[in-house]
Amino acid sequence: MSDRIFGVFGLLLAIGFAFAALAIEESFLSDAVGPKAFPIIIAAVLGLSSIVIALRPDAAPEWPTFARLAEIAAAVVMMILYAELLPEVGFVIATFFAAAYLTWRLGSGLLASLATGLGTSLGIYVIFHLVLGLSLARGPLGF
Amino acid sequence: METLSSLADGFAIALTWQNLLLALLGCFLGTIMGALPGLGPSNGVAILIPLAFTLGLGATPSLILLTSVYYGAMYGGRISSILLNIPGDEPAMMTCLDGYPMAKNGMAGQALSLSGIASFVGAFFATWGLIFLAPQLVKIALLFGPAEYFALFALAFMTLGGVSSTNQAKSAFAAALGLGLAMIGVDTQTGVPRFTFGEVHLYDGLDFLVAIVGLFALSEVFIFLEHRHGEADGSKSRLNIGRLTPTLSMLKETTPTMARSTVLGFVAGVLPGAGASLGSFISYSFEKRLVDKKKTFGKGDPRGVAAPEAGNNAAAGGALVPMLALGVPGSGTTAVLLAVLLSLNITPGPLLFSQNPDVVWGLIAALFIANFMLLAMNIPMVGLFTRLLMVPPRILMPIVAMVSFVGIYGISGSSFDLLVMIGFGVMGWVLRKLDVPLVPIILGTLLGNSMENNLRRAITIDNGNWFTLIDSPLSIVLWAIAIIGFLLPVFFGRKVKSRMHERGDEEGSITD
Repeated sequence: MSDRIFGVFGLLLAIGFAFAALAIEESFLSDAVGPKAFPIIIAAVLGLSSIVIALRPDAAPEWPTFARLAEIAAAVVMMILYAELLPEVGFVIATFFAAAYLTWRLGSGLLASLATGLGTSLGIYVIFHLVLGLSLARGPLGF
Repeated sequence: METLSSLADGFAIALTWQNLLLALLGCFLGTIMGALPGLGPSNGVAILIPLAFTLGLGATPSLILLTSVYYGAMYGGRISSILLNIPGDEPAMMTCLDGYPMAKNGMAGQALSLSGIASFVGAFFATWGLIFLAPQLVKIALLFGPAEYFALFALAFMTLGGVSSTNQAKSAFAAALGLGLAMIGVDTQTGVPRFTFGEVHLYDGLDFLVAIVGLFALSEVFIFLEHRHGEADGSKSRLNIGRLTPTLSMLKETTPTMARSTVLGFVAGVLPGAGASLGSFISYSFEKRLVDKKKTFGKGDPRGVAAPEAGNNAAAGGALVPMLALGVPGSGTTAVLLAVLLSLNITPGPLLFSQNPDVVWGLIAALFIANFMLLAMNIPMVGLFTRLLMVPPRILMPIVAMVSFVGIYGISGSSFDLLVMIGFGVMGWVLRKLDVPLVPIILGTLLGNSMENNLRRAITIDNGNWFTLIDSPLSIVLWAIAIIGFLLPVFFGRKVKSRMHERGDEEGSITD
């Protein structure tokens, strides 16, 4: 069943891609092939393979339970927050929270998570910024 | 002789303090990444690429660092196979079969050092193979025009799924998806924006490094969150390492095995669509059939440890041949190495050998140096690596995630790229669940633009005639190989795969 849904989704993607390709504005100065042809070939391959996937599905994978899915969704939200807040609060603080959260969710105790978060954040800061001279996001506190 | 003098020049380039240090660092990090279950050579190299850039290393030093990681990871994969019966990466799967029983018999130290020596033999002779074969391939490649290149790219995509692929439709889907992603951005020939939906950030196209790190490294983090591998910490019953050097008689017994496996592995590495996993698989099964008279394979036979290790390391060297000479990689990790070259503004392929001989020969010399370092590092220091295996994933995975973020942020300094990377991470997770291979996606984003350019150039030269694509004997041969390579797994794929996976757990869809 998973593969059938995936195949249908792939087919829709291929159709969307083909439409977007047809909508490309041609420049008046174009080569013999133009900017549309290759994307349309790709859309065709994408569509054909999706149809085959939908018609001849593999055995469905073992999908995680709802709780595990929520776990992954929460991690994604956390990472998006991290990406958005990184320039605002600075590398060390943002990374501390992100690493501590991930460690906690992967099964460490609360104190151990905080310690791991601090260690990861400071460790990366020291190695990459102080030793190797990489520029990391600078927050209002200067680190 | 010309080759040897070029090689000497290469050593002159590679033997600086900075490069030696980078090689040492690469070997060390690579071995760790190979040894840790869940981090294979492709993710290992992928995570470190952004760092090599942001450190402002030049082309040769970055390549030295990253290929050392590549070779190191190939060495390291065996450590957890032997000690924990968990392959550190997919090519090391076959090493479990005899390595773990040897460790249980109290010969863990001997198994580790013997496999280290086998890895060295495989990689060392494969590097010689690379030196002599690549220039020959370059001579053929110089005959290629745009039409032949287009056919060659098609061949790479159609065979990438490999003989062990079970569902070619999914490989084709992945390749098309990758190519489609490469189309995003301003068209290089006419200057019109394509698939950008008015988003200015997309005009430059997607950075393939963002795609690679997201697909490989972040999806791994999601896999761990899903299974919460934290519980797997329990397998730490201290194994008795025992004697650290193999006996002379053991070495004597395994020498012919290593020699045969090196040749087989190298050939498997050079051929498109085979790669290191298949190299070690073929070497093991061949040896088993040839010398296993007393049915000792699978019960801790030293030859069963030497064969797959020599095979997979030889394949790793062999896989560099098409990547350097043609610019078309044959395996996942070499695809990632190609990304390195492209981001350094070096176009691999036949011209690389004449335009940037310093890069090529410096790299090859570095491979030799890395090999000796790895041998030296892996025998006396194996105890250190076994202790590093005890780092539980719940600490390791956050570090992987954070280093990925740091690397990508370091390149562009934009949150937008981080968001795209997270998107790729989620996509990678879903696709791995659905058993869609990720390597064709990467290769598609890497090669999409040059594939299109070759197509357009070929047809423009011939005034818009599409049949020019199959006009020369060379391109017909390439298309024929591509089609055979694509159809073969449809009939044999399931059989090969089920044999390869008879034992050892599935490592996800990232191969070598």
